[in-house]
Amino acid sequence: MALSREQIAMRVAQEFKDGDYVNLGIGIPTLAASYVPDDISVMLQSENGLLGMGAYPTDDAVDADMINAGKETVTAITGASIFNSAESFAMIRGGHVDFTVLGAFEVDVNGNIASWMIPGKLIKGMGGAMDLVAGAKNIIVTMTHTDKHGNSKLLDACTLPLTGVNCITRIITDLAVLEVKDGAFVLRECAPGVTPEEVKEKTKGALIVPDDVTEMQV
Amino acid sequence: MSGFNKVVTSYEEAMRGLEDGMTIIAGGFGLCGIPEGLINQIKTMGTKQLTVVSNNCGVDGFGLGLLLEDKQIKKMVSSYVGENALFEQQLLNGELDVELTPQGTLAEKMRAGGAGIPAFYTATGYGTPVGEGKEVKTFNGRPYILEESITGDFAIVKAWKVDTYGNCVYRHTAQNFNPMAATAGKITVVEAEEIVEAGQLAPSEIHTPGIYVNRVIKGSFEKRIERRVTAKEA
Repeated sequence: MALSREQIAMRVAQEFKDGDYVNLGIGIPTLAASYVPDDISVMLQSENGLLGMGAYPTDDAVDADMINAGKETVTAITGASIFNSAESFAMIRGGHVDFTVLGAFEVDVNGNIASWMIPGKLIKGMGGAMDLVAGAKNIIVTMTHTDKHGNSKLLDACTLPLTGVNCITRIITDLAVLEVKDGAFVLRECAPGVTPEEVKEKTKGALIVPDDVTEMQV
Repeated sequence: MSGFNKVVTSYEEAMRGLEDGMTIIAGGFGLCGIPEGLINQIKTMGTKQLTVVSNNCGVDGFGLGLLLEDKQIKKMVSSYVGENALFEQQLLNGELDVELTPQGTLAEKMRAGGAGIPAFYTATGYGTPVGEGKEVKTFNGRPYILEESITGDFAIVKAWKVDTYGNCVYRHTAQNFNPMAATAGKITVVEAEEIVEAGQLAPSEIHTPGIYVNRVIKGSFEKRIERRVTAKEA
C-alpha cells in the first residue's frame, strides 16, 4: 500500500546520521524533523540564516525576529548560530550542508529535477531551491510516485522547467526508495505490500530492478 | 569627529535624493527585518518607476507591498513573490516586471556588488531558465554560469541597534539580507530600533561597519508576523 506523508517522512529520517547538517524543504521534508531517532542529533539549517532551528515557539516565546525559511515563527536550539543570507548560501553552495530534502513535480533518469514552475500558472519564484540542489552533498527528493491523474513523476526526461541538472541521487516516494545511477532509476526498496512490478508500471523512466530489493521499514 | 555622525532626524532627510527611475536595494526576508518607516517614506514621496531589489515584495498593504498600491515599482528583482495579490495582478497586467533570481544568487549579487566584484560564477541555475543566455564556464569538470552583481542608488536597511557612526547590529533572523544590502547602495540608509552613542557597541560584535552607511534614523516598528505558528498548533 502507498505510504502516508508521515511514513515517507519517517523513511527520510532514517537517512540521517548523528552530526548531520540538514536542510528540509516545505511539506513532507519538514515532517521528517519529527522522526529523527532519539539516539542521534541533526542540526537543521534554515536558509534565511539559521543553523540549529528548533521547534515552533510557545505563545509567550513568539518573536517576530525569529522565523524560518517558510516565514513561520521558530526557536533556536542550544548550539545554534544565526547569520546573514550570503553566509547561509555560502554553506549551501560550498557543499557544507550534508543533506537537502525537497519535494518535486518531476525527476528524471539523469538526476534532473523540476520543482518550481508550471508554465501557464503563476510563477511565484524558486526561493532557495536552485541553490540547494546545486550545492548540497546529498539530495533526497520526496514526492508521490504519480500525480493525481496517475501519471508517473519519474521520467526519462523532465518536461517542466528545471530547478537543477544532474543533481538528484535518491528519491523516496510513497511506493519506493530509488537511486539515480548511470541514466536509470534503480529500485532499492518497496513500500510494504508494494511489488516491484507495481513500481515498474508507475515509473515512466528507465528502471532497473536488482535482485536485492528490500522492504521499506516504516 | 562630527564628520562621522550619520544620524538624521526626519524621514524626508533619510530618503532625500531618491528620484524616479532609481534602483533601491532593500534588506528583509518576508516581513522580517524590513525598514518599515523608510518604505512608508518612499510611499509618501510617490517616487515612480523604481527598480526594487529585495528577496520578497511584502504583502498586500504592508512592507514593499505598499509601493505597489500607487504603482511605484517598475521592476522587482526577487527570489519569491508569492504572498501578494496586488503583485500578481500587476504582473499579469504587464504593469510590473519581475526578474526571478535564486535566493543565494541574489544574496551574492548584493554582496559582490558591495565588494566591487562585477560578476561571479555559480553552479546555481545552470541548465535551468535562470541560466538561459548567460555565459557558461567549466571549472574542474563542472559547468557554472556567470551572474552579474547588483548595486543600487539607495540601499534601505533595518538594524536592531546602530551607533551614531553607522555601525550596525542585527537581531536574530532579522539579519537576513540586511548586511549585504547595506554594502551595495550608493546611499545606504539604516533605520534602527535604537540609536546609541559611538563606543557603546562592542567593536567585534558589529555586523555592518559604519563605513558602508550614510544615514541613520531611529524608527518605530510594527514588526508584523507573516506566519505565526506556535507549539500548540504544530
